[in-house]
Amino acid sequence: MSFIEVKQISKTFRVAKKKSGLKEAFKSFLKREYLDIKAVDDISFSIEKGEIVGYIGPNGAGKSTTIKILSGILNPDSGECKIAGMTPWKERVKYVKKIGVVFGQKSQLWWDIPAEDTFDLLRDIYEIPEEEYLSTKNDLIEKLNLKDIINIPVRQLSLGQRMRCEIAASLLHSPEILFLDEPTIGLDAVSKQLVRDFIKKLNKEKQTTIILTTHDMSDITTLAKRIILIGKGKVLYDGSLKKLKNMYETETYISIKTKDSLNIKKKGIISKKKNKEGYDLVINTKLISISELLTVLSHRISIEDIEILEEPIDKMIVRLYEDYQI
Amino acid sequence: MKAYYTYFKLKFITGLQYRSAAWAGISTQFFFGFVYIMVYIAFYESGGKNIPMTLSETITYLWLNQALLALVNQFTRDEELFKMVREGTISYELARPKNLYFMWFFKVLGQKLAAVTLRFFPLIIVTSLLPEPYGLGLPVSFIGFIVFLLSLTIGSLLVTALTVLYPIVTLATMSEKGIVNLMITIADILSGIVVPIPFFPLFLQKISSVLPFQYISDLPFRIYVGNIQINSCILPIIIQFIWLILLIVIGNLLMKKNLKRVVVQGG
Ligand SMILES: Nc1ncnc2c1ncn2[C@@H]1O[C@H](COP(=O)(O)OP(=O)(O)OP(=O)(O)O)[C@@H](O)[C@H]1O
Ligand SMILES: [Mg+2]
Repeated sequence: MSFIEVKQISKTFRVAKKKSGLKEAFKSFLKREYLDIKAVDDISFSIEKGEIVGYIGPNGAGKSTTIKILSGILNPDSGECKIAGMTPWKERVKYVKKIGVVFGQKSQLWWDIPAEDTFDLLRDIYEIPEEEYLSTKNDLIEKLNLKDIINIPVRQLSLGQRMRCEIAASLLHSPEILFLDEPTIGLDAVSKQLVRDFIKKLNKEKQTTIILTTHDMSDITTLAKRIILIGKGKVLYDGSLKKLKNMYETETYISIKTKDSLNIKKKGIISKKKNKEGYDLVINTKLISISELLTVLSHRISIEDIEILEEPIDKMIVRLYEDYQI
Repeated sequence: MKAYYTYFKLKFITGLQYRSAAWAGISTQFFFGFVYIMVYIAFYESGGKNIPMTLSETITYLWLNQALLALVNQFTRDEELFKMVREGTISYELARPKNLYFMWFFKVLGQKLAAVTLRFFPLIIVTSLLPEPYGLGLPVSFIGFIVFLLSLTIGSLLVTALTVLYPIVTLATMSEKGIVNLMITIADILSGIVVPIPFFPLFLQKISSVLPFQYISDLPFRIYVGNIQINSCILPIIIQFIWLILLIVIGNLLMKKNLKRVVVQGG
């Protein structure tokens, strides 16, 4: 059995239909109409200890809902789940000692006091022995570069500074599993890099199992070998990012520097555009491989320079969402 | 246990930062205290029959009520807890390996004690310097004062147990407007902070005697002024204590029940 086993979990939210207009408001006061939203629909997967999994999908796909269920905060309507031998929502108090959670959209730090005071509170909540606490805290302060911000009241911190403190707060008790729901939201390039490096190191050094949701595909490319793609509450793809790329990243951009003029029509070449120094080609690598193309080209023109660009992953994701109609 | 104490301490310390709100509260309480006293003096002078408390007892009761209002009322709610439920930061509280009921209990207690600490001293000092019959009187006896302190301590825990129920109910209703606010208003009236219980019409006294609310502050205040004799206050204090235990148990059960179907907002 795997470290994390999720079997056929479903969760439906019932929301009151609110219509606009006075008459409708009055009607709904007398008789409420409800709408059932299947936020998570029969989801199953398993994750091994020490894995980093990117949990992706468009807005409203059910990512946060899944994270809430896996961290014991929400009861699912049906399905089973065993994580480190426990069912999160049934043995919540015991279970949550082993996990850390970061909800990028929410704050766990006390607003009026410095982050370090919240850290001390967490030490007492998780009953961390003083020595262990100090060494973990100092380690986090160093790796997340918190030295100058930890003594300032949290309400005076910038979003990125606060987020780094939030991440540290979730790791003080050295959890075996870490759930990150949009941990890089609102961060600048430098902070993002810092957070990514940190997560990577954490996984490597402590074998922490990490489930990460994000809308920033570079988070995924730098961190996760495996992704689970969900849409409308269902798992659409579960596997390596590489395989998905192979399936999807069929468009490649090639720019060629040449003085010769090129006349070519071949299956697989999607478009050809002349520019100042040569040509920009877009090819479908499923129909024609790059080496094939180069062979053909070198017979016809003399190539001075060549640049090959893969399709940006974000664009691929857009096409992916379109293809799955989510 | 230490975690709950830390919760209490943090909430208490951060609560002490709200000085300007406290000054506003103090002036309001002086104002209301004087208005109430004027009304009661007029009432006593009009020569009503069977008045249940003497004028000086009543005035002392009213000043105690104003001085301790931040502790014994239920309407100044801990906005943080309601916000937590509304906006879903309760996620983090649920991810802690501690009993959520007691985390909230000690937060509310810390907040209440901070609020009353800021307001209590100015009111007590000024009102005890006021001339007869307007001022705060001394306790009926030394023993009476000790029993008052005991009963007030239980009363503080009791009002905390009640105040913490409202955000727990809100877990199910998702909004504290409507039913929850109505509950709070009724609870406050029945606890005697608007009109002392002895002035209630008889039927209302009967109703409130089977409810927990009059054991919050009405009981300790009446012990202080001597309206309830020392030797007849043992039973009410026992009842007070039983209500405290009962409400803690009810709160825990309700929390458990509501958490099963809680819908955590946002994400
Ligand atoms: N508390 C709630 N009450 C009602 N509906 C909810 C609630 N929480 C989530 N939903 C609904 O469930 C669905 C999934 O929401 P969820 O927050 O899991 O999406 P997500 O994948 O995290 O999206 P995003 O990328 O925007 O954060 C959405 O349709 C949302 O409207
Ligand atoms: Mg989300």
